[in-house]
Amino acid sequence: MQFGIFTVGDVTTDPTTGRTPTEHERIKATIAIAKKAEEVGLDVFATGQHHNPPFIPSAPTTTLAYIAAQTERIILSTSTTLITTTDPVRIAEDYATLQHLSDGRNDLMMGRGNTGPVYPWFGKDIRQGIELAIENYHLLRRLWTEDVVDWEGKFRTPLQGFTSTPRPLDGVPPFVWHGSIRSPEIAEQAAYYGDGFFSNHIFWPASHTQRMVAFYRQRFEHYGHGAADQAIVGLGGQVFMRKNSQDAVNEFRPYFDNAPVYGHGPSLEDFARETPLTVGSPQQVIERTLGFRDYVGDYQRQLWLMDHAGLPLKTVLEQLDLLGEEVVPVLRKEFAALKPAHVPEAPTHASLVAAAGGARDTTVHAAGDAVTGTSDRETTNEVSA
Amino acid sequence: MSTARKIAVVSAGLSQPSSTRLLADRLAQAVGDDLLTRGVEAQVSVHELRQHAHDITNAMLTGFAPEGLQEVVDDVVAADGLIVVTPIFTASYSGLFKSFFDVLEKDALAGKPVLIAATAGTARHSLALEHALRPMFAYLRVVVVPTAVFAASEDWGGVDGVSGALQSRVERAAGELGTLVAARASDRPADPFALTTSFEDLLSGS
Repeated sequence: MQFGIFTVGDVTTDPTTGRTPTEHERIKATIAIAKKAEEVGLDVFATGQHHNPPFIPSAPTTTLAYIAAQTERIILSTSTTLITTTDPVRIAEDYATLQHLSDGRNDLMMGRGNTGPVYPWFGKDIRQGIELAIENYHLLRRLWTEDVVDWEGKFRTPLQGFTSTPRPLDGVPPFVWHGSIRSPEIAEQAAYYGDGFFSNHIFWPASHTQRMVAFYRQRFEHYGHGAADQAIVGLGGQVFMRKNSQDAVNEFRPYFDNAPVYGHGPSLEDFARETPLTVGSPQQVIERTLGFRDYVGDYQRQLWLMDHAGLPLKTVLEQLDLLGEEVVPVLRKEFAALKPAHVPEAPTHASLVAAAGGARDTTVHAAGDAVTGTSDRETTNEVSA
Repeated sequence: MSTARKIAVVSAGLSQPSSTRLLADRLAQAVGDDLLTRGVEAQVSVHELRQHAHDITNAMLTGFAPEGLQEVVDDVVAADGLIVVTPIFTASYSGLFKSFFDVLEKDALAGKPVLIAATAGTARHSLALEHALRPMFAYLRVVVVPTAVFAASEDWGGVDGVSGALQSRVERAAGELGTLVAARASDRPADPFALTTSFEDLLSGS
């Protein structure tokens, strides 16, 4: 099982000091958090994608590539990549490039984005969010799996004889998760392709997650990718810990009360009861997280939101220490002991390469021209002939 | 006796006891009596929004209904007929009343027979039912019965605490709702998590 963190990338005022970080500070803090995640033994770091204040991650692959250059082992992912408003051609190019730079240490999670005004900035309409997610993703897959693509759809200018470069590393595209809170169409999409399904989980009652995951598992089996309990499931989570649980509550309450999304609404106690939010001791986090399995089954990836609502970097790094030292080692052991042998781990680049029968270079070489001269390689025309 | 029908009553009165609740109870009783004459048993549930005021605000802020409110929502959505009663504040339905319907799923009430009613301190508010509640429920694509029942302070005088004119409107509206509810198959609320199309159709954009 993989454990990691996901960030929204919000620039939020610390309610206890009244200080708001600059974009520069927040971007640098994101890097420090990702490096710390690797240092404490986490498996995944994922960043969101946003195109409006107060968020900083508008260029996720730039950030992830920078992190890749400074880490060795951690998997770099997204939470989420906006499949609705980002050109699938750019996603294909950006994330294939990231694969080469990170030596396959990346996957990505598709999401629609729920901020209405963002859509028209990119020439799209939020009311067509599902249709955009379906069409764009289908094109993205073709761009990664077919060297030369002819394509025509509703939302993007047609492509004739288009080759997305670079080709995926070792001939294997990055693994894809589909994130959704409550749209069955997206669970169906993930099941159709045999991709992973990630339930955001936080901010919502567990019953939503339970319904969506059960539906995804059933459809995964229907489409012949394996038994329902072999489907690839990821969950979000949100925690704040101190050794003494009352200290955690006291320290987190002002951040909770003023947080974007749920601030100025329900009490911390009500919200912690109704959603996966856990504020308390590491032991309480362990117990709550193990409990997720009771309603989604054995799952492959657990990501926590640790750095939002204006929490200072120092506090976030302390939280990651607790997560890495006291929580994840126990969860690793406990989940592993519970998981039946036929339930797979989350796919990685290595496992996908092995499943494809080994690595192969899939570079598409162009015919020489006046600028580049001739190539000693087989060219596109010869390949397709 | 044919199948029982579920009647959900939504009352947005704030004081206790409230005239809004009094009117709601009168209407519920009259609808139950009417259905009985048609050989239909009514199962009536009454929901006081006051008890869920904080949850309704929280649902607006978080996007999901806390457990207690969710039970009310489920009951209302599953009802075969609705009786909704609001006090008139500032020339319209109360904010709490509107907020409750704002947190329901879009289309959750579509096609449902609804009896609208209101209370106020003065009869000058009576047309708020027609210019505020009726269009709001038309937007929700429910079937609003022709008689909307309004009760001002003076309507509570008379025999048995209710004036004859008010009681006759209550009975007329109840009869209209009873006709629609009895004639309709029992409601099966839509599952918001159910997929209503095939992936092939999604992929082909149809």
